[in-house]
Amino acid sequence: MARTAARTVRAKLNGIEVVVPEGTTILEAAEKVHLKIPTLCKHPDLPPTAACGICIVRVKGTNQMPRACCTPLEEGMEIQTHDPEIVEIRRKVLELILSKHPNECLTCGRNGTCELQRLASDFGIRQQSLPSIVPDLPKDESTRTIVLEPRKCIACGRCLTVCQELQNVWALSFLERGIDTRMAPAGDILLADSPCISCGQCSAHCPTGAIFEYDETERAWELLRDPELHCVVQIAPAVRVAIGEAFGYPPGTNLTGKLYAALRYMGFDTVFDTNFGADVTIMEEGTEFVKRFQDNQGELPLITSCCPAWVDFMEKYHSDMIDHFSTTKSPHEIVGVLTKTYYCERKGLDPAKVRVVSIMPCTAKKYEIQRSDDMFASGYQDVDLSLTTRELARMIKQAGIDFSSLPEGECDPMLGLYTGAGTIFGTSGGVLEAALRTAHKLLTGEEFDALEFQPARGLDGVKEGKLTILGREVRVAVAHGMGHVEDVLDRVRAAKENGDEPAYHMIEVMACPGGCIGGGGQPYGITDALRLQRAKGLYTDDREREFRRSHENPYVQALYSSFLGKPLSEKAHRLLHNSYKPKPTYRR
Amino acid sequence: MAKLQKDELEGIIQRHRESSRDWIAVGMGSCGLAAGADAVYRALVDGARERGLEIDVRRTGCLGACHAEPLVEVQVEGVPKTLYGHVSAEWVDLILDSHVQLKRVVSRLAVPEIAERLTTCNDREQPEPGRQYKIVTRNCGAIDPESLEEYIASGGYQALRRCLSELSPDQVISEVELSGLRGRGGAGFPTGVKWRLTREAQGAEKFVVCNGDEGDPGAYMDRSVLEGDPFSVIEGMTIAAYAIGASEGFLYIRAEYPLAVARIESAIRSAKLAGLLGKNILGSDFSLNLEVRLGAGAFVCGEETALIASIEGKRGTPRPRPPYPSVSGLWGGPTCINNVETLANLPPILSKGADWFRSIGTEKSPGTKVFALTGKVRRPGLVEIPMGTPLRTVVEEIGGGPLPGRKIKAVQTGGPSGGVIPANLLDTPVTYEDLAALGSMMGSGGMIVMDDQDSIVDITRFYLGFCVEESCGKCAPCRIGGRQMLTILERLSEGRGTPEDLEQLRQISKTMKAASLCGLGKSAPNPVLSTLRYFPEEYERAIAPAKANA
Amino acid sequence: MAEKDLSADVALAVRKWQKKRGALIMVLHEIQGRLGYVPREIALELSKQMNVPLARIYEVLTFYNFFELEPPAKYVISGCMGTACYLKGTPGILQEFSRLLGIEVGQTTPDGRFSLTTVRCVGCCGQAPVVLINGEVHSKVSPQDVPHLLAQCKD
Repeated sequence: MARTAARTVRAKLNGIEVVVPEGTTILEAAEKVHLKIPTLCKHPDLPPTAACGICIVRVKGTNQMPRACCTPLEEGMEIQTHDPEIVEIRRKVLELILSKHPNECLTCGRNGTCELQRLASDFGIRQQSLPSIVPDLPKDESTRTIVLEPRKCIACGRCLTVCQELQNVWALSFLERGIDTRMAPAGDILLADSPCISCGQCSAHCPTGAIFEYDETERAWELLRDPELHCVVQIAPAVRVAIGEAFGYPPGTNLTGKLYAALRYMGFDTVFDTNFGADVTIMEEGTEFVKRFQDNQGELPLITSCCPAWVDFMEKYHSDMIDHFSTTKSPHEIVGVLTKTYYCERKGLDPAKVRVVSIMPCTAKKYEIQRSDDMFASGYQDVDLSLTTRELARMIKQAGIDFSSLPEGECDPMLGLYTGAGTIFGTSGGVLEAALRTAHKLLTGEEFDALEFQPARGLDGVKEGKLTILGREVRVAVAHGMGHVEDVLDRVRAAKENGDEPAYHMIEVMACPGGCIGGGGQPYGITDALRLQRAKGLYTDDREREFRRSHENPYVQALYSSFLGKPLSEKAHRLLHNSYKPKPTYRR
Repeated sequence: MAKLQKDELEGIIQRHRESSRDWIAVGMGSCGLAAGADAVYRALVDGARERGLEIDVRRTGCLGACHAEPLVEVQVEGVPKTLYGHVSAEWVDLILDSHVQLKRVVSRLAVPEIAERLTTCNDREQPEPGRQYKIVTRNCGAIDPESLEEYIASGGYQALRRCLSELSPDQVISEVELSGLRGRGGAGFPTGVKWRLTREAQGAEKFVVCNGDEGDPGAYMDRSVLEGDPFSVIEGMTIAAYAIGASEGFLYIRAEYPLAVARIESAIRSAKLAGLLGKNILGSDFSLNLEVRLGAGAFVCGEETALIASIEGKRGTPRPRPPYPSVSGLWGGPTCINNVETLANLPPILSKGADWFRSIGTEKSPGTKVFALTGKVRRPGLVEIPMGTPLRTVVEEIGGGPLPGRKIKAVQTGGPSGGVIPANLLDTPVTYEDLAALGSMMGSGGMIVMDDQDSIVDITRFYLGFCVEESCGKCAPCRIGGRQMLTILERLSEGRGTPEDLEQLRQISKTMKAASLCGLGKSAPNPVLSTLRYFPEEYERAIAPAKANA
Repeated sequence: MAEKDLSADVALAVRKWQKKRGALIMVLHEIQGRLGYVPREIALELSKQMNVPLARIYEVLTFYNFFELEPPAKYVISGCMGTACYLKGTPGILQEFSRLLGIEVGQTTPDGRFSLTTVRCVGCCGQAPVVLINGEVHSKVSPQDVPHLLAQCKD
């Protein structure tokens, strides 16, 4: 939607005059005068699909009833947003949608957070005068990361916008037409046989329970219940600034301390922090970068690999880039493998009786933990279970914990204490920033004074920056949202073909728009404003840390001096690194 | 034919007039072929050759009198031109021996009641009351649709020549605006206004599109024109492209019309060879390339934004408007979509003038309209009449009235988006306004006659079933509302209705009309609302007796 | 179907429409015209050659009535369900076909010889009711004509 800021439009909504920039939709204009037009298929993060018809309004004096979500307000327009007849029509639309929706709220994962449920409640639906015509469609749990329940789908089209246009993955589609329209993976195959990368953006935008995370909270309770097991938990950076939204906190509130406490209350024996893993990732990846940049050993650009959805996307669609990928594992895998080796050795624990659970903003991590043999480097499954932020929120409630009144807790610092560099992993650009802080030191022997590397920050789909190290120009790029990565890779390929200097030396890629803070497993209602607020929470955390550079982390130093030796040592390679191979886009 | 220059058109007309000789024309539109016209044609060719006759056996398009197919028209010097109907291969000998050789008309085969009601704007400037007046279908059944020469000989491409050599694009648009021509696809939007909006819109690329996705069941006007007079559609598109500033155009034709597709593709090839398409048309600066794109069995693709999506290779689902296609259409460029019938009107308008067009029909609905008159009527077929003609004239005088022993109950217009006109309102003039006032609409031209043996509830169920099958499924009101209404109508058809059903029908109808994303959903309830209005007793009878008395 | 033939079939269709925008539907028409339906292997091949996601191809294939995903029967019998044909008796004709073939509308006989479908208005309303057999139009059909029409479908 192009906006010429210079031109404005003057119109009336319910008799109230409003002046807005040209191109503003009726829905947006209404918000400015505190009118809330009900919507269903419209998600504030996505362009409108104009599917449901709930947001219709009347152009006064006519019988035109345009959709507020996609109709621009025009000069002199007089709109009526609510009157008894409009409300009656909206209610009937809702009744129609409900007649095609299963009446299973009480046993559905979205009970309490479902947008359809909320609308039905707001509209005071008390009876169903229409026969139920719910189709008999099977559930698809094949990926074990995301579950599709097409019976619950209301054909809003959001998941398609996300999977096709935003993420460019094209795993989901609408098949057939009319009343038989249904959401299904490409060509009606199982999701696991499709190009799906498990990024979970579909589940984060779905208004109902039609697309939901693969809920493993039962398994988590089982582990915690078992007296024989020593349960270790770790939390990702992005979780701490988003979990609060499930408990009434403003988005971006850093609840690290409360999380540590809550997890111990729930019964975890040891509480680590994925941010520590992030610091180790930087040690390894930073050293990789030095080898490629300084010693010319390996391909440039170095491309980050801590995002498993991105790794899957690359293996399926861009396997020619495999040699560019950092072989360093992702932070939670690193904490996992070190728990079952380093930690167990130090504490005299039998790794066979240790279980590692990671709390991630991410659905793809559920896939990552069994991705390949590399994920069993400790001799056991390094991370046993990965839960999303949403699952943790439910577990906290089930445990009867009064989250807001919890006193701050502590983590176990051995694999828990983190630096500012580790915590900013959770936002787009953070991995790059963290890497630069350490790479600079490794290359020059001096600390990087531009601790906050602004070009890496913000919500632009592709961010670029330059800096000079030892007289050489270092070009870096950050891409987030899979839809933005193609251009960047094409530039890399073009430079290679022409025999030029590499287009970039280091590229950070995150599958989810905004980075992990906008992850597929985060609390619902993501918008750019929310992404910025959550990111701000992490940047603030960074500023408040005692140490802000990964290599300054005393526990990281201890890890290397007493266990790993040095980055990229034989032991580090065996435990902390993995490999990639091309995968077919379609398995059937 | 080599590339034509604009002054060569006259020469072709002259040549044709001079070389006129005796001919026999066989109607070979899809209807004719379905009735066996191919065998008749072959028999005539063989028979004429065997007898050593100097007579031209020609293939033409659909004359419109479909009930009497196969139709054969004979023009022999010394004998009045005669139209024969229901011709089979067995009668061919009779026609050749009697009419051609002995110059004696075979009266028992002749169908003068049809012939005398067919006047075209090529023979007369003004219509006659009680008769058809063919502007759009002027050439159908009169010329060989595959012959560019015959098209030019009957006055074709004069209009384009005038536009390219005498008028600026703006002047062309003004003339069309003056003529009052309204879109014949059903919406009745003023064509000149649409052209002006497209011309004024910003965009590097503009497109003209011919909407040949005639999906109304029971309507085949566009098919006949595409098959019977393809060059007129192409000329119309060329004029439109010149007016709005487009150099690329598409004809979106239903896949269910293979003959129409073939005829149009052949016509495009011929036009290109003759320099009437491609670069520097008729030696001017103007260039246009046209391409055929097939539909694939989706009625909703007759809707403009769904049509655009279909040409773009996607599911045919509509987009919200604004922006309208004239501002942002195909691949984002300003696009002018016109119906086949609308386009076929343009050559006569631009050659005879806007004033002439305005003199026909009514003030608000000038010109003529082609109808596909079918159902329970004696003479089903295509009928072209001036706007404002009473419905009764069409059904009784031209159509021959009801079948023997039956009475007309209602006439349905507008297809699945329209409504019924009960028998007592048959004096209604056929105009956009008058039909809309009665709760129906002009639509694309389907006109179905129902008699006392037809069930109103059943035909409503039929139409609703069509809309449910053809719903694209994007928006909830149409996708689900249509299905729920159909369930009720199915029950009513079986006499198992409940008293609540009628109220539910009204409520869902209101919701679909208000909240559907496109015309299909918005007008799907029309047959229901219209029949509830005029035939409430049939619905009452459909409510199960026990429940009715409760 | 041999790997080479598949690619060749698709390549021909794709090459014809290569330079045109939005050509997916036209390419699918070509393929169906050649093979009678669009098999999955072809769809996958098409996806690669046209650089169109498979999801888009199936979205289009399943949206439009025209496209078949299963091989067609030897004789495809379609009763026209346009309004005029409906009023003039297509349902009765279909019922007769159904009775004689032992299948319902939308089904194929077990031996794969006949399938019974409906088609929406082929525009021969003046000759209603109309039945198509493998695309060939038979006009003014009555239920009594059905045995004769079936007899004409010889192997």
